[in-house]
Amino acid sequence: MIPAQFEYVAPTTLEDALQALADAGDDAKIIAGGQSLLPVLRMRLNAPDVVIDLGRIESLRGVRDDGDAIVVGAMTRHADVLTDPLVRENAFVITKAVEVLADPQVRHRGTFGGALAHADPAGDLGAPALALDAEFVVAGPRGTRTVAAEDFFVDLFTTALEENEILTEVRIPKRAGWGAHYEKFVRVAHQWPIVAVAAAVKVDGGTIREARVGLTNMGSTPLRARAVEQALVGQPATDEAVRAAAASAAEGTDPPSDLNGDADYRRHLATVLTRRAVLAAAGA
Amino acid sequence: MTVTDEATAGAAPEIGKERRRKEDQRLITGRTRWTDNMVLPGMLHLAMVRSPYAHARITSIDTAEAKAMPNVVTVLTGADLADEQGSLPNAWMATPEQVAPPHPSVAVDTVAFAGEVVAVVVARSAAEARDAADLVDVDYEELPAVLDLKRADAGDVLAHPDLGTNLSAHYVYDSVDDSTGGSVEEAIAEARESGILLEREYRQQRLIPAFMEPRSICVDPTGEQLVVHTSTQVPHFVRVFIALVLGIPESKVRVIAPDVGGGFGGKLQFTPEEVLTVIAARHTGKPCKYTETRSESLMAAHHGRDQWQKLTLAAGKDGTVTGLKVELLANMGAYLGLVTSYIPMLGARMYNGIYKFPAYRFECRNLFTNTTWTDAYRGAGRPEATFAIERIMDELAAEVGVDPLEIRKRNWITHEEFPFDTVAGLTYDSGNYEAATDKATALFGYEELRAEQQRRRDAKDPVQLGIGVSTFTEMCGLAPSRWLGEQGYVGGGWEHAVVRMLPTGKVEVLIGTSPHGQGHETAFSQIVADRLGVPFEDVEVLHGDTQVSARGLDTYGSRSLSVGGMAVLAAADKVVDKAKTLAAHLMEASTEDLQFEAGRFTVRGTEKGMGLGEIAFEVFHGHNVPEHLESTLDADATHDPDDFSYPHGTHLCALEVDTETGGIKLRKYVSVDDVGTIVNPLIVSGQLHGGIVQGLAQALWEEAVHDESGTLVSASFVDYLVPTAADTISFENEHTVTPATTNQLGVKGVGEAGTIASTPAVVNAVVDALRPFGVNDVRMPCTPERVYKAIHARDGAGTGGAPTVGAAGPHFDQSDTADRSAGADSTDRPGDDNGSSL
Ligand SMILES: Cc1cc2nc3c(=O)[nH]c(=O)nc-3n(C[C@H](O)[C@H](O)[C@H](O)COP(=O)(O)OP(=O)(O)OC[C@H]3O[C@@H](n4cnc5c(N)ncnc54)[C@H](O)[C@@H]3O)c2cc1C
Repeated sequence: MIPAQFEYVAPTTLEDALQALADAGDDAKIIAGGQSLLPVLRMRLNAPDVVIDLGRIESLRGVRDDGDAIVVGAMTRHADVLTDPLVRENAFVITKAVEVLADPQVRHRGTFGGALAHADPAGDLGAPALALDAEFVVAGPRGTRTVAAEDFFVDLFTTALEENEILTEVRIPKRAGWGAHYEKFVRVAHQWPIVAVAAAVKVDGGTIREARVGLTNMGSTPLRARAVEQALVGQPATDEAVRAAAASAAEGTDPPSDLNGDADYRRHLATVLTRRAVLAAAGA
Repeated sequence: MTVTDEATAGAAPEIGKERRRKEDQRLITGRTRWTDNMVLPGMLHLAMVRSPYAHARITSIDTAEAKAMPNVVTVLTGADLADEQGSLPNAWMATPEQVAPPHPSVAVDTVAFAGEVVAVVVARSAAEARDAADLVDVDYEELPAVLDLKRADAGDVLAHPDLGTNLSAHYVYDSVDDSTGGSVEEAIAEARESGILLEREYRQQRLIPAFMEPRSICVDPTGEQLVVHTSTQVPHFVRVFIALVLGIPESKVRVIAPDVGGGFGGKLQFTPEEVLTVIAARHTGKPCKYTETRSESLMAAHHGRDQWQKLTLAAGKDGTVTGLKVELLANMGAYLGLVTSYIPMLGARMYNGIYKFPAYRFECRNLFTNTTWTDAYRGAGRPEATFAIERIMDELAAEVGVDPLEIRKRNWITHEEFPFDTVAGLTYDSGNYEAATDKATALFGYEELRAEQQRRRDAKDPVQLGIGVSTFTEMCGLAPSRWLGEQGYVGGGWEHAVVRMLPTGKVEVLIGTSPHGQGHETAFSQIVADRLGVPFEDVEVLHGDTQVSARGLDTYGSRSLSVGGMAVLAAADKVVDKAKTLAAHLMEASTEDLQFEAGRFTVRGTEKGMGLGEIAFEVFHGHNVPEHLESTLDADATHDPDDFSYPHGTHLCALEVDTETGGIKLRKYVSVDDVGTIVNPLIVSGQLHGGIVQGLAQALWEEAVHDESGTLVSASFVDYLVPTAADTISFENEHTVTPATTNQLGVKGVGEAGTIASTPAVVNAVVDALRPFGVNDVRMPCTPERVYKAIHARDGAGTGGAPTVGAAGPHFDQSDTADRSAGADSTDRPGDDNGSSL
């Protein structure tokens, strides 16, 4: 399929990219890995005049250690996130999520920042980012600002990013030694999740000390299952205790109904998957 | 059996060898002549404008803006082409009384399904054609659409108001009329009184063939003959229909199916896009190409299945079946394509499966709806039949309280009873259902898995085990021509081949079948290598070009080997006969004293001998050929089969059902197929693997879903779930070999066997796992949601039988760049887009 014509620019610095974005105004689209944008253009669901490729901006790529946090560059490819030792050690739930994100081809083109900026509520990275209190570093014409994960995801395909802004990197507070799991429920392997649950827990002597639980595709944005998190603290990492805590996983959610299942079924799945994710994270 | 004849004695026969496929390197790397790879001088490109409405009157089409776009050559509408385009053919009437609307390639005043072509843009580049297509302004007045099959049968909304009915045909086959069995109604009455009567309704969801290579057509009108390259299974049909529909002399048309990337029946068609590309090339006088997008392919290339199947099974208390009544509703979609109307009837003779039923009745109502038309899809009619009978045999087993294998044994044809005249009027030539089943159960570890199932049931394990059985047979290799004529088919069932000896001893084989991934080049080379005693590598198989392999009836219905292979064999034998006469002359011996072995004629009791290649060179220069002989070894043959071929087999599936989520995990899959003599075990294995996956896909994943306005919701591979290797397990495929008695090699078709067999094996396994929960059916595809709801139906979670509803998951943001920020409304779904293009 053929997209409508557009102008293509590939700046090599962030400043040039921001300038190009400012110059083009409403009619520009940023392209990162193109895994979501290209289908949109090819199906002619969108027809920007200018496409600005971030692929040549070296500074946006890679994972670095920044004291009490790790920083993932927006243009870091899923495949590189997957094998990154810093991510594995300090934000293991992200490693687990990327492991089951799409297929190898997509993981070698798609980017960490692109997936988060795209804000598909069925995207696999939102819930882990939310659960880990990630911070989104955003560059715009007036400089750089930082947006908390809670504020970043606004609605279906909608983030706190202004149209003249670029997501440059994501800071994730370190959680070394936490157990983590991402439980994704699909019908075929290459699918977006019907529902998925990201769980990270700190277990000490068989007792859950802290817990983070994020839900994928249970509303128009990724969600935190705070009731579950609270109920887990101080509980033994046993099937019975976790089951009881997970029962409230769907509280306050508003999941979609589509070909893969209706909202009620998704609410039910959320409780089952939360239990499984937390137990796996706790190593139980 | 003539597999090991004198030609190959000594050398290891090619037939039976695991030859890697000759064609794979070019097909897999894609460095070959796919239609879309063709670039011709001055070539123009087409883009289609398609209707977003399922049923509408076209009130106006404004092409001015599109025509004014740079490099747009012309824009053609139905009004422009009404007199020229003719009506697309239906080659197989269900009944002589069948009714159908005309089938235009481009809609003239009304559209009857979403995706129907309403205008064609011709431009110098594909991108310019696409851009201009967006500017064709079509006004529609929406009409009430009928989408649901049962609603269509009710007839309150008409797909084609001018036709006055949605009913295209009502077909009946009754064993009483055919003198093949007794009265079903009597059997039913008796069962109601003193036996077992089962009534079940099954849904065959709509599927999309989803071949890998989207359809593409490239037409060159610049020479004496119009050259049509098209990604088709049926180049010979296409040539005939271009002549008949467009009134172009057949002799002025050459059709080439270059390498074709899959079809699964989806390219057994004469398409609107073919007609329109031919017309565009003739109008412009320039080569024209059209390649569909995947979205166009999914919505506008023909679909498959889509039936409601009502079965009434009468049996004695011990489970001996006394009669079967089948009542079908079959969705034609909006129009009749090449064999749309007869697809359900290809199942009419198969609902009795491998069983001895004393009475049988089949009825089918062919109905129009405002949806993409349906037609052949891998198995075409037989998967539907096999599914229904194999499902209800399991229900009978449950009713009687015996193992599903036991109920089959009580009813199947035993191996001593072949040839067997069935209640549906066919003669099964050969088979051994006991042997296949014994082998399959041993390989599967049937008893152990049953024991594990019991343990899980007893322990109330949240993961339950299901075991599914499918003992299938099918009819393939459509035949003979005379029978097809009696059934109202326009075409025949023969096949044609030519074998040519080149001066250097190499061999060219021209075949009338048209492979699109099956490996004919390899299999036919093996056959010819054995017959002629030449090396496998020396045989070149040519196909898919009506100027090269001029006669043929193409590839579908698992016919190529059992029908086409026999023509190849016969032609090769004629070459040997001709060579023998010449060899006798050249070596001054009598033909009786000659023997042919490993490609050489030798004179018994002497040292004298001549290779086939040497004789080929002799006829090339012709110096020593006697006057009464023609200086050629080449020969052709047309083979009309005696009967269908009836492969059979036993497929066993074990799967785990996660009762907490409804998720299904395949555990083990064993098949023991009897496809008669195996020419190439690797190809057979490939056909079975692919076939089984395609059947699993119907059971578990695939479904074409329209929303209530008639838009295809599963309109991309995001929502039409074609499985990949990651979703399946390794299958264990074994064989029994009961050679067919109706052809010389003893082969039976294998192209559709896997697909036909596997769907019921899987669904039977799902239902088997859930029986303790009071479940006796789950509608296909058995999604986790349906399975979960079936399990919990008793506590009010709905049932596993509900239709698929709901939109597609969006995944691709279509909001404008300007709307990306907070508060923008970006909840539109792709399916809501009423734009006129794709
Ligand atoms: C077949 C397939 C299967 C997939 N399956 C999954 C899955 O299972 N789970 C999953 O999570 N995802 C899945 N995806 C999506 C995948 O993760 C994409 O890589 C991701 O959604 C987008 O990343 P990208 O780098 O390709 O971004 P692009 O497609 O290039 O961009 C996406 C959007 O984000 C904007 N954008 C990108 N980068 C920035 C930036 N730095 N600043 C501001 N805006 C930006 C773009 O303008 C665009 O609107 C799948 C995709 C495909 C094609």
